[in-house]
Amino acid sequence: MSAHHHPTHEHDHAHAHLARPTAEDRGATVLAFRDLTLGYDRHPAVHHLHGNVPEGELLAICGPNGAGKSTLLKGVMGAVRPLAGGIDLTRLPRQEVAYLPQAAEVDRTFPIDVYDLVATGLWRRTGLFGGVGRADRARIGEALASVGLAGFEGRPIGTLSGGQMQRALFARLLLQDARLILLDEPFTALDAGTVADLLALVRRWHGEGRTVLAVLHDFELVRRHFPRTLLLARSPVAWGPTEEVLVDDNLNRARRMCEAWDEGAAVCAPIVGERAA
Amino acid sequence: MNLYELFIAPFAEFDFMRRALVGVFALAVGAGPVGVLLMLRRMSLTGDAMAHAILPGAALGFLAAGLNLFAMTIGGLVAGFTVALGAGAVARATQMKEDAALAAFYLVSLALGVLLVSLRGSNVDLLHVLFGTVLALDDATLLLIVGISSVSLLVLAVLWRPLVLECVDPGFLRSVSRAGAPTHLVFLMLVVLNLVGGFHALGTLLAVGLMMLPAATARFWARDLNVMVLLASLIAAAAGVAGLLVSYHLGAPSGPAIILVAGAGYAVSVLIGPVGGLLPRLMPGRHLEA
Repeated sequence: MSAHHHPTHEHDHAHAHLARPTAEDRGATVLAFRDLTLGYDRHPAVHHLHGNVPEGELLAICGPNGAGKSTLLKGVMGAVRPLAGGIDLTRLPRQEVAYLPQAAEVDRTFPIDVYDLVATGLWRRTGLFGGVGRADRARIGEALASVGLAGFEGRPIGTLSGGQMQRALFARLLLQDARLILLDEPFTALDAGTVADLLALVRRWHGEGRTVLAVLHDFELVRRHFPRTLLLARSPVAWGPTEEVLVDDNLNRARRMCEAWDEGAAVCAPIVGERAA
Repeated sequence: MNLYELFIAPFAEFDFMRRALVGVFALAVGAGPVGVLLMLRRMSLTGDAMAHAILPGAALGFLAAGLNLFAMTIGGLVAGFTVALGAGAVARATQMKEDAALAAFYLVSLALGVLLVSLRGSNVDLLHVLFGTVLALDDATLLLIVGISSVSLLVLAVLWRPLVLECVDPGFLRSVSRAGAPTHLVFLMLVVLNLVGGFHALGTLLAVGLMMLPAATARFWARDLNVMVLLASLIAAAAGVAGLLVSYHLGAPSGPAIILVAGAGYAVSVLIGPVGGLLPRLMPGRHLEA
């Protein structure tokens, strides 16, 4: 996994207050699913998922609608409680995890400007009460420039297009400076140019040794840019190198496995030994 | 009648008018920001529900000690906090949304309040609880109102960031901090506090008017949150002055006069307010180049 990470300092514009992953951290498990079942009303949406995500992984999560992809990310964020099994995130404090939900709950009618929205990404530094200093303002400016929104500082968020809004949310992710970044369909309904720009940021995070999990539907994009993929259809179908996961056999199985919600489903009783892997 | 007689004399000559003026100014300071936040959180009607919820507490205090400031204030606060916390707890522990839980709680509370008031006391007393007596504010009441406004400003200053972020992007706040839920509860308590402050002057039902009407008016004039808050307080204060003058010159009850003036300001703003008002929408200027 750590093959494409050189322990160089080419990305050392990182800030001193950050606990950057050290050489021995690379490849260490940053997120572990232990026979995880997540769901709603006792019905599983993610069923018996087992596996580790090593630090620095760039992982695509694919699968049909209703396969539990978003639920999995919500589970990592603690917004959905496991029905069984668990999620280990113990090595990362809460502030080291950034999450961009599928439909961000941003109230676009709220009277604040792009600058203030993006600045909330500094929450970890400022917390509830801390001020925003000169260095912070410089970082906000850099983040806006990185996503192509230089000059948009004073625009009310209600005037942004869908693509511009997503760029602003990526600028906020940049400022969050997290070690684990969860993206739920980050490129949906965006034009090619915006996708390319935002994808470049994802690649940059990967180069910096951050762990990125992204729910995606565009298999071509996944094949080109994501080394590893988890194919989910409630139950995990395959998890490994992308070229081995995204094959016709697996994709057909995923389509079949994702059945409808069964009101009369029996209680799931694990067969002893079956989940040993 | 000259300008002095129209605008200054009532306050210069009568002590009760000066007290009323101080009272509405103090109320305006707290009600402006609280009202704007309520509106932006789509909780405009929550203020109204809370105002109803306070009634049984004030009535209990009234039954226990008559028209006693301390008893009615404590009663109102306890009833308001109970409804706010109870509805909040139900919303968090069950599938029920907060607005529905609040409706259930405040309706029970209101019925209880009317029952208590009608058990003892004449209709005149009920009117006092419902509509307040801005022209009879004594020192203790003024101190209470000013105290509540000061506390509100301090708490708002401390909680401003999570309060605003919880409106703009609650999902993000949840992802970076656990401050969301406590902040929301503290904010509901601020609403109760300001309504209790307001009910001595304007009554439980009209107190919410000084909170929501200036906020809704300010929305038509400001695009920026901070400007909107400042404007709401100024509008509330202006409505207070104008309402008191109208009430003095026409001999009308002061509470409704204040709220009606605020309502008139709102109506004008709906028509001509530059930010999304009716007239600018119907007759926009020629479109721009880019």
